[in-house]
Amino acid sequence: MTGFRTLLYKEVLRFWKVGFQTVAAPVLTALLYLLIFSHVLDRHVLVHGVPYTAFLIPGLVMMSLVQNAFANSSSSLIQSKITGSVVFVLLPPISYLEFFLAYVVAAVLRGLMVGAGVLLVTAWFAPLSFVAPLWIIAFAVLGGGILGAFGMIAGIWADKFDQLAGFQNFLILPLTMLSGVFYSLHSLPAFWQGVSHFNPVFYMIDGFRYGFFGVSDVAPESSLAVVAISFLAVSAATLAMLRSGYKLRS
Amino acid sequence: MGVAVSIDQVEKRFGPLRALDGVSLQIAEGEFFGLLGPNGAGKTTLISCLAGLARPDAGRLTVMGRDVVADYRAARRLLGVVPQELVFDPFFSVRETLRIQSGYFGIRNNDDWIDEVLANLDLTAKANTNMRRLSGGMKRRVLVAQALVHKPPVIVLDEPTAGVDVELRQGLWQFVQRLNREGHTVILTTHYLEEAEALCGRIAMLKQGRIVALDTTSNLLARFAGHTLSVRLAPGAALPDALRARATEKDGFWHLRLGGLAEVEAILAALRTAACAFDDLRLTQADLEDVFIGLMQGAEGAR
Ligand SMILES: Nc1ncnc2c1ncn2[C@@H]1O[C@H](COP(=O)(O)OP(=O)(O)OP(=O)(O)O)[C@@H](O)[C@H]1O
Ligand SMILES: [Mg+2]
Repeated sequence: MTGFRTLLYKEVLRFWKVGFQTVAAPVLTALLYLLIFSHVLDRHVLVHGVPYTAFLIPGLVMMSLVQNAFANSSSSLIQSKITGSVVFVLLPPISYLEFFLAYVVAAVLRGLMVGAGVLLVTAWFAPLSFVAPLWIIAFAVLGGGILGAFGMIAGIWADKFDQLAGFQNFLILPLTMLSGVFYSLHSLPAFWQGVSHFNPVFYMIDGFRYGFFGVSDVAPESSLAVVAISFLAVSAATLAMLRSGYKLRS
Repeated sequence: MGVAVSIDQVEKRFGPLRALDGVSLQIAEGEFFGLLGPNGAGKTTLISCLAGLARPDAGRLTVMGRDVVADYRAARRLLGVVPQELVFDPFFSVRETLRIQSGYFGIRNNDDWIDEVLANLDLTAKANTNMRRLSGGMKRRVLVAQALVHKPPVIVLDEPTAGVDVELRQGLWQFVQRLNREGHTVILTTHYLEEAEALCGRIAMLKQGRIVALDTTSNLLARFAGHTLSVRLAPGAALPDALRARATEKDGFWHLRLGGLAEVEAILAALRTAACAFDDLRLTQADLEDVFIGLMQGAEGAR
């Protein structure tokens, strides 16, 4: 347990020491999105009967949360691989499960901090409700967990920073941007609605938003099931990778 | 005395390269053991297999009886490794680094031991300095300290003195020797052969992934080296033919390898009989470097 706790503490300290860059910067980015989109659209659009700016906020919170959870575990791992300091966590008697949990929990914590920050600075711009807070927490934690674990896979797999950047720009960014952060799925043509149903981030955001307004594109129970199963699948893959020593132990 | 480290028929390949080609080795508890060999011989690879940083393709390794694959957590708890590469975590100070490393090994409140290690490695004044601000030699000392936070019964040092100044090198060896006297097994790789000769009770020489010599340091020195008598002749003098046949000339000296010290008398007699005058005469005992060079050249045919 001490091994896990120390690794978690180290991972949290790592991003907290540069919190301006790892927490404050993404909050500012989300605020800019909100200002631009709400300025353009708010007066004209109601989604599910909710003003557009209010509709947008949970999406932005979740998008920032998952992007930063991914960034945290992936950048920590690739950095320590490239500098070689990864040996400090490979030499000790830390089990695979402890290793996995420490990185994922740290990623979730960073995601939650960024998410809370985004919520705090954007909540002033629109009337928000919190219809089902437990759903909000469940989707936030599971969403952060999925992307945190996925970040571990990417960080272990990538040998260079630009490979990781490719991952981020060509997979994570499109998946999150096209997940219904900025629109309701019902506003899309049927074909794209169908495609979106294969995007797990869509369910994270839809379920998360349900916790605020009590309305959603898909039943929240279904979203939770998809998200929970995704989390288990990604976790199993990450653990298998760690157990095999892939790219960490030659 | 029990077995501290057992290495049994270990093979490790990187593509077509056989980095370890069937290495077997047993190191007893309390030994100060030297692992020598030229660049690329496989020393670091062997250490990596022992530490679980690399997975052997064949063979088995144990630390204090614990299998490094099947029982990896127990094995790693018993092992402290100073890696060859100079690595550090730039986010933390020296003390933070050591506290975190203690935590990884399941140890909390380790400050007394951390302070002692810092003092012995002459790092006390730098305890609160960020790792980034340390000189190269200091960073290496922190690497040594990190390997010792959990007081491992088996300590492996992969070229710990590369880039470390003379004074600290002395200090480091005093500290490591003290740990050795207190019962810790020490395994050392180094390219400073005087160091190995002075410190190690037993030595394995590795070449292209195979052990080419494994013996006590004194046996290695006796078996391969012995003494050499070197003479510098006076101008105009010539070495008698009988001696010339077995001598080699280098740096103005004729060098004669001796089977035993008794030969000195016969050689001097031969010189006197031939009225061969000389300016200088030296008797030297070959050191580990001669053994090393002899072995590395001689072992070519063994493959
Ligand atoms: N990860 C790796 N991938 C491919 N080849 C490797 C890898 N690690 C080591 N090698 C090769 O294995 C051989 C043994 O390397 P090793 O680092 O064990 O040598 P060494 O005895 O420690 O040398 P040195 O004295 O230079 O440290 C070398 O030929 C090296 O190029
Ligand atoms: Mg080496």
